[in-house]
Amino acid sequence: MAVLASASNKSFQRAINALPRWPLYVIGAIPGIWIFWLALNDRLGADPVKTLEHTLGLWALRFIIASLVVTPIRRFGGPNLIRFRRALGLLAFFYACAHLLAYIIFDQGLDAHAIIADIIKRPYITIGMFAFAILVPLAVTSNAAMIKRMGAAAWQKLHRWVYVAAIAAVVHFLMSVKSWPAEPVIYAAIVAALLLIRAGFAARKRLSAAAPRTV
Amino acid sequence: MTRGIERIPSSEITPRELYLRRREFIGGAIASLVLAGASSADAAPLAFSKSAFSTNEPLTPKADVTTYNNFYEFGTGKGDPSSYAGSLKTSPWSVKIDGLVSKPATYALEDILKPVTLEERIYRMRCVEGWSMVTPWIGFPLSDLLNRVEPLGSAKYVAFETLVRPSEMRGQRGFFQPLDWPYVEGLRLDEAMHPLTILAVGLYGETLPNQNGAPIRLVAPWKYGFKGIKSVVRISLVEKQPVTSWNRQNPSEYGFYSNVNPEVDHPRWSQKTERRIGDGGGLFAKRRPTLPFNGYADQVASLYTGMDLKTYF
Repeated sequence: MAVLASASNKSFQRAINALPRWPLYVIGAIPGIWIFWLALNDRLGADPVKTLEHTLGLWALRFIIASLVVTPIRRFGGPNLIRFRRALGLLAFFYACAHLLAYIIFDQGLDAHAIIADIIKRPYITIGMFAFAILVPLAVTSNAAMIKRMGAAAWQKLHRWVYVAAIAAVVHFLMSVKSWPAEPVIYAAIVAALLLIRAGFAARKRLSAAAPRTV
Repeated sequence: MTRGIERIPSSEITPRELYLRRREFIGGAIASLVLAGASSADAAPLAFSKSAFSTNEPLTPKADVTTYNNFYEFGTGKGDPSSYAGSLKTSPWSVKIDGLVSKPATYALEDILKPVTLEERIYRMRCVEGWSMVTPWIGFPLSDLLNRVEPLGSAKYVAFETLVRPSEMRGQRGFFQPLDWPYVEGLRLDEAMHPLTILAVGLYGETLPNQNGAPIRLVAPWKYGFKGIKSVVRISLVEKQPVTSWNRQNPSEYGFYSNVNPEVDHPRWSQKTERRIGDGGGLFAKRRPTLPFNGYADQVASLYTGMDLKTYF
C-alpha cells in the first residue's frame, strides 16, 4: 500500500496542511442555509416540508460518508485530509439536528404525542433516532480537550460507532420510501463499500500483526 | 383559479344552482371535445358539466397537481413524471376491453368518449404516503363504459392495465425497476360500478397532462391514490380478484382494497393525518386528520358492510 510520496505530493500535502479549517464549516453550511431560504420563500415545490426534511437528512448522510472517505483516500495513496475530518463529522451532526428539528417542528407540527408514537411504533423513525443518538456523544467529544481527557484509544473506540450510525442512516433512508428507488440504494451501496474497505484494512492489520513480514 | 360553483354540500344530490344552469351544461357537453389529434404536449380545452359529487374545498393549485406526481413509469421522483412524460405519445389511443363481457373489443378512445357526458368531479386525493390534494378531474362514470360492454353475470372484478412502452416511458427501462410492468390495478365490480368511480380524461378544464395519466385514467376517491391507475390500455372483467401492482410488490403493506383508513396504519408510517399539498401554509402547513374512506364514507361505506377492514385493508 505504501505509495512513495513524490516531491510534488509532499508539497501538495504541505499546501493542504496550511489551509485553514474554518472555511469548511462555512461552505458546509451553505446547502442548509440555501434549502431553508428556498423553503421560506415557497420555492421548494408542492411539498416544501418533505423536501426540506429530506434534503437536510441527505446532507447529514453525505457528510457522514465524507468523514468515512478520509482514511481510504490516505490509504490508497491520496493526500491526508484528517485535519478536516472533525469538521465533516460535526457538519453531519448539525445536519442531523436540522433534519430532526424539521421533522419535529414542520412535519409533525410539534405534536409530541404523534412524535413519540412514531419513534416507538415505526421502525424507520426508531432507527433514525438511533443514528442520531449515536452522533450526539461523537459530536460532544469532537474536540481536543475531550480527546485528551478520554485518551486516544478510548476516544477512537467510541468514534468507531460512526460505522453503526452510517448503517442506521442508510437503513432509515431505505425504509422511509416505497419500493426500491435508486437514490437510497446507491447511498446504501456507498456506505457498504466504505465499510468493506475498512474491514479490509482491519483484516490486513491483523494478518500483518500475526505474521511479521521479513524483508 | 376560477370555480364555477361554490359551496355545494356533497350530500345534496342536485343542487338548485346546478339545476338552474342545466341547459348551459348540457350545451357545453354537447359541444364536447375532440380528443383525437391533440398532440400529447398540447392541452385541449374540454366541455363538461358540474357534479354534485364535487367537494367545495379549495383546489390544489394546478402547478402542484401537475408537478408532484407518482407515475413510476417515468421515474420514482415526484418531479420525474412532469419532466419526462412529455415523450409519451397518447394519440392514437385505444383500450382493449375483454374478459367476461358481451362486447369485448379494442375500442378507440374517441369511440369510448363519443356517447359520454363529461363531468367535472372535484375530488380529494389521498396518497398512501401521507399527503393529499383536491383535484378538479374531468371524466365520466366508469359504470357508463362497463354498461356499454355488458358484463356477464360471472364477472366479479375489474382488472386494469397501464401501457408498457419503454421507448417512451423511461422508468420502464434501465437497472432500477421499482415495479413489475405493466402496472396493474383492480376493483371489485360493485366498486367499479359505484357512481363516485370515474375514468378521467381531463384536469383543470383541459385534457389530462401526460404526467397525470393521459389520456385516460381511473379515479376512485375513497381509495389511496395508487389505485387510480394511469394511461389505461386494458380493462378486463374477471371472476377472481386480480393481481394489483403494489400488493404484488409488498403484500403486507398494500392491500387489494386500499381504502383510505386512518385506523389502519401503513406498517412503516401512520395514516392518521395527512398534509394537504398547496394549502398555502408553506413550511408551517398543518397536518389534518385523515377521514375514513377519505371523507366519502356516506357514499361508499355500505360497500364493505360486514367486512373487517383491518383484514381487508
